Amino acid sequence: MKYQTEAKITWCPGCSNFLILRAFQDVLFELEKEGQNPKEIVFLTGIGCHGKIFDYLNLNSFYALHGRSIATAQGIKLANPKLKVICFVGDGDCYNEGIEHLIFAAKRNSDIKVFVHNNRNFALTVSQFTATSPKGFKGSSTPKGSIEEPFNPLELVFSAGATFVARTFTGNFEHLKKMIKEAILHEGFAFLEILQPCITFFDLTNFFKERVYTLENQDFESREKAQEKIREWDYKNDGKIPIGIFYKIKKPTFEQEFFKPSQS
Amino acid sequence: MEKDLSILIGGEAGQGTRLAGNLIANLFNKLGYFVYVYEDYQSLIRGGHNFSEIRVAGEKKEARKKEIDVLIAFDKNTIFLHQKRLKKDGLLIFNADRIEQKKGIGIFADKIIKEEGGIPQMINTVFISALSKALGISFEILESVLKEKIKKGIDLNLKIAKRVYETLETKTKVAKIRPLANSLLLTGNEACALGMIRAGLEFYFAYPMTPATSILNFLAQKEEELKVKTFQPESEIAVINMAIGSAFAGKRSAVGSSGGGFALMVEALSLAAQTETPILIVESQRAGPSTGMPTYNLQGDLDFVLGAGHGDVTKFVLQAGNAQDALFLGNLGLNLAWRYQTPVILLLDKDVSENTFSVDSKILKGLKIEKPKLFFGKNYQRYKITKDGISPLAFPGSDFIVKANSYEHDESGITTDDEKIVQKMQEKRKRKFESMEKEVEKLGGIEVFGKNSAKVAIFPIGISKGVAIELAKEFNFKVIFPWILKPFPEKKVKEELKGVKKVFTLEMNATGQLANYLKRFGILAEPILKYTGRPFFIDELREKFKKI
Repeated sequence: MKYQTEAKITWCPGCSNFLILRAFQDVLFELEKEGQNPKEIVFLTGIGCHGKIFDYLNLNSFYALHGRSIATAQGIKLANPKLKVICFVGDGDCYNEGIEHLIFAAKRNSDIKVFVHNNRNFALTVSQFTATSPKGFKGSSTPKGSIEEPFNPLELVFSAGATFVARTFTGNFEHLKKMIKEAILHEGFAFLEILQPCITFFDLTNFFKERVYTLENQDFESREKAQEKIREWDYKNDGKIPIGIFYKIKKPTFEQEFFKPSQS
Repeated sequence: MEKDLSILIGGEAGQGTRLAGNLIANLFNKLGYFVYVYEDYQSLIRGGHNFSEIRVAGEKKEARKKEIDVLIAFDKNTIFLHQKRLKKDGLLIFNADRIEQKKGIGIFADKIIKEEGGIPQMINTVFISALSKALGISFEILESVLKEKIKKGIDLNLKIAKRVYETLETKTKVAKIRPLANSLLLTGNEACALGMIRAGLEFYFAYPMTPATSILNFLAQKEEELKVKTFQPESEIAVINMAIGSAFAGKRSAVGSSGGGFALMVEALSLAAQTETPILIVESQRAGPSTGMPTYNLQGDLDFVLGAGHGDVTKFVLQAGNAQDALFLGNLGLNLAWRYQTPVILLLDKDVSENTFSVDSKILKGLKIEKPKLFFGKNYQRYKITKDGISPLAFPGSDFIVKANSYEHDESGITTDDEKIVQKMQEKRKRKFESMEKEVEKLGGIEVFGKNSAKVAIFPIGISKGVAIELAKEFNFKVIFPWILKPFPEKKVKEELKGVKKVFTLEMNATGQLANYLKRFGILAEPILKYTGRPFFIDELREKFKKI
């Protein structure tokens, strides 16, 4: 199947979002070869630079409200559990505006996949600080620097009950592809944070390149190990940044529980 | 006794007066009476004062009277608060274990229950039995109601009922009426839920908020029987966005809340209009602004609901004045949402939602699931430009690629800001609204009661419909009830207003929101307002109308 539409791509030239689009398409081809019916895939987007991916992919899709795509996605999954439901979201989109839905989807272990394009600022509104911008971030709304510290979204989602927690980096294309595929194949709530530098407003390409390393021999089912690695970089400190799967377990999904015939 | 009785039963929260009221309602339903139960309770779980007022009559009477014929008191406070409303020859029945009182029929309810080895809830049985005997209702009828309504410990309940029944005397006889057949007793919320079910409702999403909560509870308790699924997500924002998701994926979905929860949904109301996703939103008004009074009624959301949604939003707004309306409109609302791929708001109020009404069960037979306009063919475009503004539907998971977009979009759903395409899409949705206006003309959208030649017309909102109809008969007025508020059935309303010299609205809000709305259509109405949270008594309005 042809996955690209005719729509003109309006990301900044050289934007790391191109890599996500490309990686996702590559994974789609692989999945199709392995038997996935592309017409049984639905993806959603929130509002922000990430959301533009909606126009570029010839797949069932829903361009949702800012921050709300994860809620809409769960409605779609409930209505038709056969569908593979994937959310592309932004950091401002799902860590700021719609964080309630992220936490509750993780808590329920809803069988949807969440890919966060984390560029650590609101880029489409010409750069303001988000939940994961570093303290002192000089955006258009914080000319003197933001006064809030960022939080660690992986720790939040992990605590909430996500059964798949991973991070990748657009600067490592093969890893990006691998993580997207792993997340899609996970049965249950999959959270994948994609470090996606904004080359126009907050270019962290080199910052990440210098610090990122791939997790090896991670015991996916150990909460202690997961927590330790998730905390290694808390979006504030200047240490190494692990990428890879931190945690992955099997658990009945929300939709399985929801449709389970009652015992009584 | 008369053919039109008001029975008030009161006590503390947790004493079960509501259940007792329900038993009385069922007793009279069995006798073939029209029944209307007004529920008055506070936002607390124990203590305070709750009461049910049950009006039973040989014809439909859905309004409160100041004078009551029977007062049943579970506690002293009930006598203190309501005795002044009891007719001179009225019947007072009270719990003699808790109240010292000379007049009336005192029953040592706690003592009887204890001696029989019962539990405190059986106090309901004691009083309904006492009432039955006092009004000369046969034990057989009482027994059949108890058997229907009480599932646990029915034998003991019947034993207690018999003991009370045999120790008391008959004081008066209930009047003979022409009994009503096939009548259901439903609250507005139950009726609304059943109406939606009859339109094929598959998913109901809601976050608890009085007075809409009981729609969720009712459906949740009957999921298997009614073949519906319910879900309570993290917030009203999640509620509506999930429902839009499930409708996008092809399932008939509805949501419900009160004004505050609806306020949180409004961004997504606009999303439903833009993505052309069918969704029914039930908005049951309670007193506002803000948290207001959770368990009391004000109809102050009319302006808000009619105007809700940023951008040029297509939507229907319907309103119900009793359970029968709620049943019909819950059904029609969901069907309209799918026929026009648009949000539909069904406006209820606290009294319509939670009060109990007699509903003609024959209406159920007329309620159907309507098929939407589905796509067959090749090269699917979700937002295909059509004459009537309605693009055929397809769902993800079928043979077609379906793209729904909150941004302005072209026919295939791709984002656009191209002038020509924008204009075409805006006009497509405008044509859809025009199709909706034609639909309203076809449906009528108004109910008219009273004399055709009347010189005075009254427009009630919600629960005030009942009181308006009752008084219109006395005063030769005409009642016009627009059950579709948007698109407004302007032509029909204006035809009805020919020859009318004076127009009033009957509203439970402080600013006359319906009168203001009518002004937009050149209809000048004087608002009659009450904004204490309690619906109009027929008596207080009668005094007002005498001066007209």
